[in-house]
Amino acid sequence: MTDTSNMSAKELLGFYQEELYEEARRAKKEGKLVCWSASVAPSEFCVTMDIAMIYPETHAAGIGARKGALDVLEVADEKGYNVDTCSYARVNMGYMELLKQEALTGKTPEKLEKSPAARIPLPDLVITCNNICNTLLKWYENLAVELNIPLIIIDVPFNHTMPIPQYSKDYIAEQFKNAISQLEEICGKKFDYDKFLKVQEQTQRSVAQWNRIASLSSHKPSPLNGFDLFNYMALIVCARSRDYAEITFKKFADELEENLKNGIYAFKGNEQKRVTWEGIAVWPHLGHTFKGLKNLGNIMTGSAYPGLWNLSYTPGDMSSMAEAYTRIYINTCLDNKVKVLSDIISGGKCDGVIYHQNRSCKLMSFLNVETADILQKGNHLPYVSFDGDQTDPRNFSPAQFDTRIQALDEMMKQNKEGVSNE
Amino acid sequence: MFTMGIDIGSSSSKVVILEDGLNIIAAEVIQIGTGSTGPKRVLDEALSKSGLKLQDMAKIIATGYGRSSVEESHKQISEISCQAKGVFFLVPSAKTIIDIGGQDVKAIKLDSKGCVKQFFMNDKCAAGTGRFLDVMSRVLEVSLNEMAEYDSRATEPATVSSTCTVFAESEVISQLANGVAKENIIAGVHQSVASKACGLAYRCGVEEDIVMCGGVAKDLGVVRAISKELKKPVIVAPNPQTTAALGAAIFAFDEVIGANK
Repeated sequence: MTDTSNMSAKELLGFYQEELYEEARRAKKEGKLVCWSASVAPSEFCVTMDIAMIYPETHAAGIGARKGALDVLEVADEKGYNVDTCSYARVNMGYMELLKQEALTGKTPEKLEKSPAARIPLPDLVITCNNICNTLLKWYENLAVELNIPLIIIDVPFNHTMPIPQYSKDYIAEQFKNAISQLEEICGKKFDYDKFLKVQEQTQRSVAQWNRIASLSSHKPSPLNGFDLFNYMALIVCARSRDYAEITFKKFADELEENLKNGIYAFKGNEQKRVTWEGIAVWPHLGHTFKGLKNLGNIMTGSAYPGLWNLSYTPGDMSSMAEAYTRIYINTCLDNKVKVLSDIISGGKCDGVIYHQNRSCKLMSFLNVETADILQKGNHLPYVSFDGDQTDPRNFSPAQFDTRIQALDEMMKQNKEGVSNE
Repeated sequence: MFTMGIDIGSSSSKVVILEDGLNIIAAEVIQIGTGSTGPKRVLDEALSKSGLKLQDMAKIIATGYGRSSVEESHKQISEISCQAKGVFFLVPSAKTIIDIGGQDVKAIKLDSKGCVKQFFMNDKCAAGTGRFLDVMSRVLEVSLNEMAEYDSRATEPATVSSTCTVFAESEVISQLANGVAKENIIAGVHQSVASKACGLAYRCGVEEDIVMCGGVAKDLGVVRAISKELKKPVIVAPNPQTTAALGAAIFAFDEVIGANK
């Protein structure tokens, strides 16, 4: 067993990410079940059942960040998936198609061979939840049909009003119970509720450490750059019900607190302006977007996206767990979305906001125009939006991004210096 | 004291030389942009016409799509801020700017001091840009300079899609094939450009005076269509293609005298 005690948070992040993929590959070899899961579907049930988990969204993001998305997007194109479909879905459907070809022919397709992504095994079942979008329903249905495997759907209705009504929580708790009985049938064994409680407790410890990291960006200057959250997010998605996430996040939070104590901040030099980034990262151009802001003296200290995994609830209470999985800000009405983002902007002490008009994520993008308008009326902060995509590199133009963030920078500077009179 | 603003766009290169932040000594345009010989040629032309040397410039600021590749510049500023600065210098009553260049359409809202309050730009799409007009001009075999004149003779503007240059081009081709008069097609093309630009302007909140700049502002057919769409008069900035370069030259002057601390 590898000694992780002396590893830095960054090393732990890399180690546990690889470990999770290795565990899934090993499980497959040993004839154990492998499940592909939506990123904010409850992980607690499968972990209780000792099922190895793979998260296609995280895997797709990794392919995007390693510049390997185009190859698999082409496979999805050939299968008829429209370019307007979410690129996580298209990357995953393309990748699945390559894995399937390999399984059917015994030959590894060239695109799979040279893919920079971690190798993942094909699933034995898939689990999805529509609390972050409805594309996930068709996407997972297609996976299940293509591979002829069971599909578990946890239906989480959209919250058109807040607070979340009790009947909605009751309905979701029933969905959870239904998922458990499906899993019992698939696994051929009873669900262990004592173990489930322990898994829930573990999940809460991971979430607590995740929130501890996120809260550090409220310091000015900040010891944390929001882009770090984009990187560490892999473990809150893939390992929140395991101790891997807790260990790594605790280490990272400890490191950041130590840095703060010693006056070491995330922005080397002097952070000049702080921005909120609304939306998913542009994974294929992560470096460009990060450096573009950095070169202008800007640090990202606000992002609501990592907060999707602020899944705090009371272990042992299904209704409380149901609430955690439904109150995600993109599963709530505009008023609540605005409130969440407003808290993010003020918590991060931000001077401006960048909205990612993400071609892939309609849910996160279509409300941006109205959200930005409402927020600006309240906080008078400048904002810009840019066209991009989470994993399809063709939908992002570096020069257009640069112009917009430079203009935002100039507007923030103007505000700070009091040049503008309104 | 002389300062220089260089605006390298996607399809043209512009240079303005300013004396003491007030007098325009040179304002030159070459109709090819970044990555071409345009930037060097326009620089040479501005210097030769003014009889000045690069060393005479107290400060040089670059703007535009190709701003980061201008070796002669001391600093880069976005074209949004530069347009605002240049237009406000020429038209101090300006509150809304509509700037249509080679590949960008922008609407900029100014406060009473000429500072950028808000701006919106086209997304990753060429519809409604100068490039869109270029494509239409080629298909229609009518030069860009003649398009306004054709438009003025239109009797019933045709409908041309504003969502995609390629689709709009095929629409125009089929309208030509169906015998629709070029005058009416061109008026439709201008309306299409106007609808795209006005959509952005509406998002900013349209406030008078409305000033148009950028190369497309030279096409009075587009100006008329925008004015009609907004139901408000539109002022065309003097020498509208050079306003961003002018703004850059003013920023350079301000920085030299320390007005912008």
